[in-house]
Amino acid sequence: MISIPHERFERVLADPALQQAIYAATGRLMEKRREAVAPEALPDYQELRSQARRIKEHTLENLDYYLEQFEAEVHARGGRVVWCRDGDEVVDFLTKLAREKNARLIVKSKSMTTEEIHLNQQLEQRELEPVETDLGEYILQLAGERPYHIVAPALHKTRYDVADIFSRRLGVEREEIPERQTRIARATLREKFLAADIGLTGANFLVADSGAVVLVENEGNARLTTTAPRIHVAVAGIEKLIPRAQDLAVFLKLLGRSATGQPLTVYTSVLAGPRREGELDGPEEFYVVLLDNGRTRLLADREKRESLFCIRCGACLNHCPVYRKIGGHNYPWVYSGPIGAILTPQYFGAGHEPWLPFASSLCGACGEVCPVKIDIPKMLLLLRREIGRSLAREGKGRWERWAFRVWAWLMTRPKLYEFAGVAASALAPEGSEGWLTGLPPVLRRGPLAAWLSQRDLPLPPGRSFRQLWRVRSRVKRV
Amino acid sequence: MARRVSLFVTCLVDQLFPSVGLAMADVLERLGWKVEFPEAQTCCSQPAFNSGYWDEARQVARHFLRVFRDAEYVVVPSGSCGSMVINHYRELFHKDAEALAETEALAPRVWEFSRFLLEVAQVEDVGARYDGVVTYHDGCHALRELGIKQGPRRLLARVRGLVLKEMDVAEECCGFGGTFSVKFPEISGAMARTKIESILRTGADTVVSTDSSCLMQLRGALLRAKAPVRTLHLAEVLASR
Repeated sequence: MISIPHERFERVLADPALQQAIYAATGRLMEKRREAVAPEALPDYQELRSQARRIKEHTLENLDYYLEQFEAEVHARGGRVVWCRDGDEVVDFLTKLAREKNARLIVKSKSMTTEEIHLNQQLEQRELEPVETDLGEYILQLAGERPYHIVAPALHKTRYDVADIFSRRLGVEREEIPERQTRIARATLREKFLAADIGLTGANFLVADSGAVVLVENEGNARLTTTAPRIHVAVAGIEKLIPRAQDLAVFLKLLGRSATGQPLTVYTSVLAGPRREGELDGPEEFYVVLLDNGRTRLLADREKRESLFCIRCGACLNHCPVYRKIGGHNYPWVYSGPIGAILTPQYFGAGHEPWLPFASSLCGACGEVCPVKIDIPKMLLLLRREIGRSLAREGKGRWERWAFRVWAWLMTRPKLYEFAGVAASALAPEGSEGWLTGLPPVLRRGPLAAWLSQRDLPLPPGRSFRQLWRVRSRVKRV
Repeated sequence: MARRVSLFVTCLVDQLFPSVGLAMADVLERLGWKVEFPEAQTCCSQPAFNSGYWDEARQVARHFLRVFRDAEYVVVPSGSCGSMVINHYRELFHKDAEALAETEALAPRVWEFSRFLLEVAQVEDVGARYDGVVTYHDGCHALRELGIKQGPRRLLARVRGLVLKEMDVAEECCGFGGTFSVKFPEISGAMARTKIESILRTGADTVVSTDSSCLMQLRGALLRAKAPVRTLHLAEVLASR
């Protein structure tokens, strides 16, 4: 058996306030998305999804070409591209840059890619001071937690939690009104923006034909991060590329709507190169860090390559009935929900947290709302197969493998299958109106006990359909 | 001469809910179809496929293809098992040209029950009567893999005495998910309870769906919660008079 963290699930399930917070927040995002992509609001929504998928397919098939084109375009505009194989190389680059430029304070806008490589902790260990400026991320940085959700990182925090965190970490008076909490954060962060030497961002898209980094956000903090400090560094996975600026017309229509139901986010910044002569704002230096960190390995896998199409909208999390029950922190990596369930085993290997792709009822809601049409349920099925094979190689999961072998043997022998049904029916305990409520003493473990821990179990009704059918046919003939 | 349909009742209906298969046969016969039950049938193979045991799934799927090779129509009281044959056999056999060809030949003749009534038999009113307030649960695979949404509702709307009340989260998963229900019982149970709350909010006395697996999950959880709501397969409602 693979080990499953049942106790951790139980803890979240047993917290009614947290359950309500997750269910309500994701429910609101679902509702807003539904309105935003309804045929009345966006008649060509399905065509846009297909087009987005085709663009991603094409880009990843020709990624070598577009990466080089992107680099050349960034250079032509006076910026620099830095290639990093993993998180350590990103940290080394940033540490060196900070030392050269005599910088210590780094303001950051929201970036899952930097979460992926635990950049904040790494930079702090090197005596640098990274400060998150997205409100949700800022709250979590103060609380010492990782994001709970891809687009709503502090989704699990109530305003009372925030009041506690602010008063504890910022030494301010306890404040429970969200507007006032925002003012506290703004006052603190404004100082950081003005004092910072480096602004660090992620990228929602990298545009190959114009060497541009595209950022979407609602708070304006990413715009400040990229304009106030004299150096802007964007850290992005290599899969963020799109070929042409005009392709943004497809992706921007989908991203905001899928994430929060917004036709466009409040700010959309297209940043290409440092400030030029005569321009009023923008950084003096502009770097784009292109990160692999396992992406090329995913790219090599034809069957599951589409996992890299993800534009991090978070819609699959909001619509996932499992995420909505267990929340974000029960997923082992920064990417939670269905997309996390398919990315994590691909980045860390099938043996890492092997329960993850099985933690799905395969309801398909994730695939249905994915703006780039990643067939997430299919990815889960492929990963389940791979994990099964990897467990077999390690000599694990013997019972289940044996059970399915016996099952297949039985299911291809109809007479024996029927006999097994008769035997099971004869052995079944007494129930109430055909259903079993309590747990018979012989069944303390195993699948039947697991079923009965949550709900009643139907008992075989005495005669199977095929037996009844024979009777029925005889009666009809007479 | 009456046209012929072969029932694939699914292993779940065969072993645990035979009345669903009988109801389906009754409805089809009343509409003038000659109903057959190929006795060699067992399972569609989905449990193994979903659990990652594709070799075992292929053995069982090949058995299915053999049993129903000569069927004119295969009618299934399940969107999930139906979709397994219609959609997933292709993935299962993508490297086996012979089985793939058999799949391509058979899949277009495999029909989920409600869709068969509407699109092949072309009836909306099967002459049923059911006195009660009903809410319809969209089975995930019927809904998202076969696109079955309005069909069952249209059939229910024509049942005399029946009042249909929509849930606020009709499309949300009941939490069954095959082995998921016993591998992650606490999550599966929590999902069922959320669904039940929505069912109870409608005030319905009966939950209806196209899949006995969802209904097994919902009934089990309703009984555990001591909630006085019945569960019936669509075929059972359409067979009642």
